[in-house]
Amino acid sequence: MVSIKDLPENEYVLEGNAACPGCPITIALRTMLKALGKDTIITVPASCSAVIQSLYPKTSFAVPTLNIAFEAAAASASGIEAALHAQGKDDITVLAWAGDGGSYDIGLQALSGALERGTNFIYVCYNNQMYSNTGVQRSGATPYGAWTTTTWTGKKEKQKNLAEIVMAHDIPYVATASIAYPTDLYRKAKKAKEIKGPKYMEIIAPCPPGWRFDMSKTVEMARLAVETGAWLMYEFENGKLTFNGPSKGIIDGSREPKPVEDWLRMQGRFKNITDDDLKEIKKELKERWEFYRKKSQLF
Amino acid sequence: MKIIDTANNIAALAAKMARPKVISAYPITPQTTIVEKLAQYVESGELKSEFIRVESEHSAMASCIGAEATGVRTFTATSSHGLLLMHEMLHWAALARLPIVMVNINRAIGPGWSIWSDCNDSIAQRDTGWLQFYCSSNQEVFDTIIQAYRVAEHKDVQLPVMINYDGFILSHTSMPADIPPQEEIDSFLPPYSPEWKLDVDKPITHGNIIGPEYYMEVRYDMQLSQMKAKNVIKDIDKEWHKTFGRSYGGLVEEYMCDDADTVIVASGAIGAEAHASVDELRKKGKKVGLARLRVFRPFPREELKKIAENSELIVIDRNISVGMEGAMATEIKAAVGNDIKQFIAGLGGRDVTHKDIIRMYELAKENKDGWYSVEVE
Ligand SMILES: Cc1ncc(C[n+]2csc(CCOP(=O)(O)OP(=O)(O)O)c2C)c(N)n1
Ligand code: SF4
Repeated sequence: MVSIKDLPENEYVLEGNAACPGCPITIALRTMLKALGKDTIITVPASCSAVIQSLYPKTSFAVPTLNIAFEAAAASASGIEAALHAQGKDDITVLAWAGDGGSYDIGLQALSGALERGTNFIYVCYNNQMYSNTGVQRSGATPYGAWTTTTWTGKKEKQKNLAEIVMAHDIPYVATASIAYPTDLYRKAKKAKEIKGPKYMEIIAPCPPGWRFDMSKTVEMARLAVETGAWLMYEFENGKLTFNGPSKGIIDGSREPKPVEDWLRMQGRFKNITDDDLKEIKKELKERWEFYRKKSQLF
Repeated sequence: MKIIDTANNIAALAAKMARPKVISAYPITPQTTIVEKLAQYVESGELKSEFIRVESEHSAMASCIGAEATGVRTFTATSSHGLLLMHEMLHWAALARLPIVMVNINRAIGPGWSIWSDCNDSIAQRDTGWLQFYCSSNQEVFDTIIQAYRVAEHKDVQLPVMINYDGFILSHTSMPADIPPQEEIDSFLPPYSPEWKLDVDKPITHGNIIGPEYYMEVRYDMQLSQMKAKNVIKDIDKEWHKTFGRSYGGLVEEYMCDDADTVIVASGAIGAEAHASVDELRKKGKKVGLARLRVFRPFPREELKKIAENSELIVIDRNISVGMEGAMATEIKAAVGNDIKQFIAGLGGRDVTHKDIIRMYELAKENKDGWYSVEVE
C-alpha cells in the first residue's frame, strides 16, 4: 500500500492556476500526474481543464499539453500516440483528460473509436456530473433529480453508465476513483501507466459552484459519495472486477452504506427533490449495487 | 518512371513517397481507393508509417493534429461530407499552425446523395486558413502533393494544405504520369523538422485560453503567412520545373494569355477541358486564353489583375455560394472589378465539355452569362 507520504513531491499542476477555490480537477490531475511523472503528454478538450491552465502566455501545466476541440480528446490521443510510436518513444505516457461532457456525450464516438483501435493511452474522465465550464448544464452523467441550468426542476432521467460502455470494449484496464482517496487514485494511475493498450479511468469530482456546496467541502463530498455508495470505486482488469475501499463492503454486503441523504443534503443542486425523488434515487442505487454484486460474482 | 494510373492511385503513391510518419483517414466515395492503397502500402511494409483507422473524418483530422503536434509529417484524404464533418478541426489545424497535407476529392453535397464532382465541399472551407490547390491532371496531383509538403512546412508558411481534384473525372480516370525515383523526391523533400512540438523535455502548453490582447495577432500572423505563401508556391514551382521539368505557373497557369482579348478563368477538370476549347477557338481566329486558377488560397489577386488589364474575363465556377454567386467570381471581381462574365456550371457532376466552354464563350460575346445549362445554354 502506498501512503500519502510516498507520493512524489514533484508538482505538474502548478500553483496560481485559474481553477476555482476547492476545484476537484486540480486535486485529481495533481495526483494523477504525480503517478505518471514528467514523461507524459496530455491532451485536453474544451472543459474547465482548459480554463484552469490559465491564460496564454502563461500555463499551470508542467507537462506538454495540447488543447483540442471538445469532442476530439481521444482521437487526438491516437495521433499523439502514433507519432510517438513512429519516433520510437513508446516510453512516454499519453493522457487524455476530459470532463464528463467530453466523454459521456460529445466525445463518446471518438472515445469508443480510440478504445476499439487499441490506442495505447490513459483516458481519464473526471466526472463532475455536468458541464461546469459553460455554467452547469446537464450531461449524460448528471444524476436523477439534480438541478442544473438546463434542468431547473431537477433532471428527469437517470445517468448513463459510461464505464460499462467502456468495459464492453474489452480493454485491459478500467478503474474508477475518488479524489478523497488519493493513494487509491495514485495506485490506479501507476498501474494504468504500466499496462499497454487503452486504459480508462473515471474520477468523481465534486464541483463546489456546480453542485452548490461550500468550497471547503470538496474532499468531504467526494468521500461521502463513496461512503453512501453513490459512487463506486473499482478496477476491472483481465475480466475481473474488484471493488476498493468502502465500495468493497457496500457491494459484498459487509458494510452498511451511509444514508445517501447525508450526501444529497449537503448539495444545493438536490435542494428541491421530493420524497418520491429520494425514493427513486435510493431505488436506483440499490439496483446499481445489486447489478455490481452479481457482476463481481460472475468472474 | 512513366505509369498510367488513376489520380487516386497516383495520390496514394505521392503520399507514400513523401514519407509521412502518420496517416489517418476514413473512407468516403470517391476518395476510398486512396485509403485502401495506403493501408496496403503500410501493411506490406512498403511504407513505414502508422496508419490510424479512425471512426470518422472528425477524428481523422483530430488525430492528424495530435500526430503533427508531436513532431511528425502526416497525411489524410477525404471528400465532400467527410470534409464537412472535419470543418471544426480544419480551423483547429490551421490555427495550431500545423503543416498537415490533405487530399480532398471534390464531390457534391447531399441531399440527395450525389457522388459526382462539385467544388462546394472545399469552397465551404475557404476561410479555415488552409491553402487550397486545384489540380487538372493526374501528373499535377502527384507533383502538387510533394510540393505541398514543402510549401506547408516552409518556415514562412506553417499552414496546412488541401489539394483538390474532381471526383471520378480525375479520381477514377487513368492518365499517364511520370514518377521520379524516390531518391529524387527525398532530396526535393527532406525529412520534416517541426517549428514546434509536444516534447517532454521542453514542455509547452499549446492552445489554452487566449485573451483579446493576443488573438488578433494570431490571426494576423496567419494572414501574413498566407500572403508569403504566394512567393513560396511560385519558388517551389520553379524549383520543381528545374528539377523535374514541369511547371504549373505557380498560382495561375496561363495558356495563350499574352495576346488574348478574352481569358477564360477556370480550375480543376473544367480548367483542363478549357485548354481544348482555347485551342479550337484559336483555330477559328479568336484571341482567347486560359487562366487556370491552381491556387484559391492564398488568392492570386495580383496575377488575375494583370491578366485582366488587357482582356475580358469569363469565369466558370463549379460551386455556388447560394444567395450570392460563384465563389471564384466574387473574389475575381474583388480583384479586377465587376466587368466580367460569370458562369455556374457542372454542379453535381453535370458534364462540362470543351464544347460547352466554347458555348459559354459565345454566350459571353452575346453579353450573356449565368447558370449554364439551366438559365442559359
Ligand atoms: C463543439 C462544441 N460544442 C460546445 C462547446 C461549448 N462547451 C465548452 S466546454 C463545454 C462543457 C464541458 O463539460 P465537461 O466535459 O463536463 O467538462 P467540465 O466543464 O465540467 O470540466 C461545452 C458545452 C464547445 N467548446 N464545442
Ligand atoms: S467550475 Fe467546478 S470544475 Fe470548474 S474550475 Fe470551478 S470548481 Fe473546478
